[in-house]
Amino acid sequence: MKKFKIIVLAKQVPDTRNVGKDAMKEDGTVNRAALPAIFNPEDLNALELALRLKDRYPGSTVSLLTMGPPRAAEIIREGLYRGADTGYLLTDRAFAGSDTLATSYALSRAILKMGDFDFILAGRQAIDGDTAQVGPQVAEKLGIPQVTYAEEILEIKKNTVTVKRRLEKGVEVVESVFPVLITVTGTAPACRPRNAKLIMKYKRSTTISERQNISEDYISIYDDRPFLNIPEWNVGDIDAEPERLGLSGSPTKVKKIENVVFQAKEAKVLQDDDKSIDWLMKELIRNHTLG
Amino acid sequence: MKTSKSEKVNNLFVICELENGKVAEISQELLTKGRKLADQLGCSMEALIIGHDLQEPEKEAFEYGADVVWLADDPRLEHYTTLPYTRIAVELFKQEKPQVALLGATSFGRDLGPRVSSALGSGLTADCTALEIGEHTDKKAGKTYKNLLLQIRPAFGGNIIATIINPGHKPQMATVREGVMKKEKIRKPKDGEVKFIDVERFVRAEDFVVHIIERHMEESGVNLKGAPVIVSGGYGVGSKENFEILFRLAGLIGAEVGASRAAVDAGFADHDRQIGQTGVTVRPKLYIACGISGQVQHIAGMQESAMVISINNDPEAPINKIADYAIVGNLEDVIPKMIKYYKQNSK
Repeated sequence: MKKFKIIVLAKQVPDTRNVGKDAMKEDGTVNRAALPAIFNPEDLNALELALRLKDRYPGSTVSLLTMGPPRAAEIIREGLYRGADTGYLLTDRAFAGSDTLATSYALSRAILKMGDFDFILAGRQAIDGDTAQVGPQVAEKLGIPQVTYAEEILEIKKNTVTVKRRLEKGVEVVESVFPVLITVTGTAPACRPRNAKLIMKYKRSTTISERQNISEDYISIYDDRPFLNIPEWNVGDIDAEPERLGLSGSPTKVKKIENVVFQAKEAKVLQDDDKSIDWLMKELIRNHTLG
Repeated sequence: MKTSKSEKVNNLFVICELENGKVAEISQELLTKGRKLADQLGCSMEALIIGHDLQEPEKEAFEYGADVVWLADDPRLEHYTTLPYTRIAVELFKQEKPQVALLGATSFGRDLGPRVSSALGSGLTADCTALEIGEHTDKKAGKTYKNLLLQIRPAFGGNIIATIINPGHKPQMATVREGVMKKEKIRKPKDGEVKFIDVERFVRAEDFVVHIIERHMEESGVNLKGAPVIVSGGYGVGSKENFEILFRLAGLIGAEVGASRAAVDAGFADHDRQIGQTGVTVRPKLYIACGISGQVQHIAGMQESAMVISINNDPEAPINKIADYAIVGNLEDVIPKMIKYYKQNSK
């Protein structure tokens, strides 16, 4: 039976889906610090497809790769608790301010350092930017084909993979050679929950930066159990050209940010009693809003 | 003035998408906008159309203001696949050096655009909702850039609006959300120039490593953009079953049913009903928001509705701030009453 090397690209994002009242400042702007940092939802769908491949082809490995601040190691642990074998954190101040192009350059350098792979899976897009660009940009940098908007991996033959894509207006089934980069939509199966045994196994997994403040007594467990080390890479580790990273490597610049403030109207408040609704429907018919 | 043959005028390109051999609506919208931007920039607008057995799609592109249409016609290009389409766009852009390139923010444009930008090392802004021409001063470098494409898009889940520029790189690339630009034929269209691309020169055999095995595309029966009245449901509707009553009201008053992102994410409604920044933008004469709290990302897609009725059991729901009528109550009480009194009051 074949064994595959699978890389999952993941991002830690602020949960922008439900920006509640407590996350809004008085001036109507978003208080980012009040939003929880989560595993980007579609990256979890991608992880699930990767884990299913591992279930189907025992001996396959799933490695997470994320770029972000040191705390992004949290999502690597989340991935380990669900069945990933390992995870790499790409973190360096030099990455700050990277747009999608600079991000894809850094990720592609890290992937080359990780070694051979058969499949790269990633969420279609992240909920903080919603661009859906990083996946295809990484694929181009690696010179491999891509299949975006994937919902299901149907079949793997000797050197091809068959994937079902979910598009706006229907479904497409495509066959691609691999290695290939596949981006996964939220309509794919939800990720399995954390596994209790894996939580026990990996709860002390940390990056070297996270270990700086722990006592000497504990350090030895990382020598005894190397799987608890989350590899942390900086610019030098991935042999990246510094001018292609961060702000200098980003062709897009943010000129202006505006908060969205809508023109408030004075709504006429109606209760749900018969009289009010009767009046409203008459009004809508009278002014020809409804025919 | 001296000009040499190698000097390019840096035109504006629109990469068109075909639907059943016709220029897709999103591409018509882009051509309309592109025409205006090209006039402001004083350059010509060129359309790139890729496919097979093309039935004079250039005629349509000219109607929407294209000056030049580039055609790539090859049996292997009948349906979109990433690599050969990417190669054609990349090689053509290397040759023509456009200053601006626009694509739709559809599964086509969002698959192709980033691939092209990555190959060219140019900036790409996703999902723009407005495009303008303007200037930018880089205070640090003491440099002013004129005639830049200002790419305006929602970000951070729609809670902010960002203006993005690519001052140092060409082409300045952007994908544009469907339905936010208005399409309009130009008054006196004239036949422009058609240029045929030698596909063999741009595409290599190894670009054909992804094959389409099956395609089931269906025209969505949902027409939110053209609906005069929309009954829209949010997470507060509670379930797919509860959406039924919205369909009943909509059927009665001749409305289409829409949904918020939260309702679609929860599986209450299909994706093609999604209204908001990550869905369709609508401008009906009446919008009935049922159990929708009013996330910015939703409001941005329906705020131009002529009249808004909100039904929500939370009188403080943000949607009420932009509503003309805010009904405080539960959907299961209010909607049956609306059905009852509509029947009673309409002849």
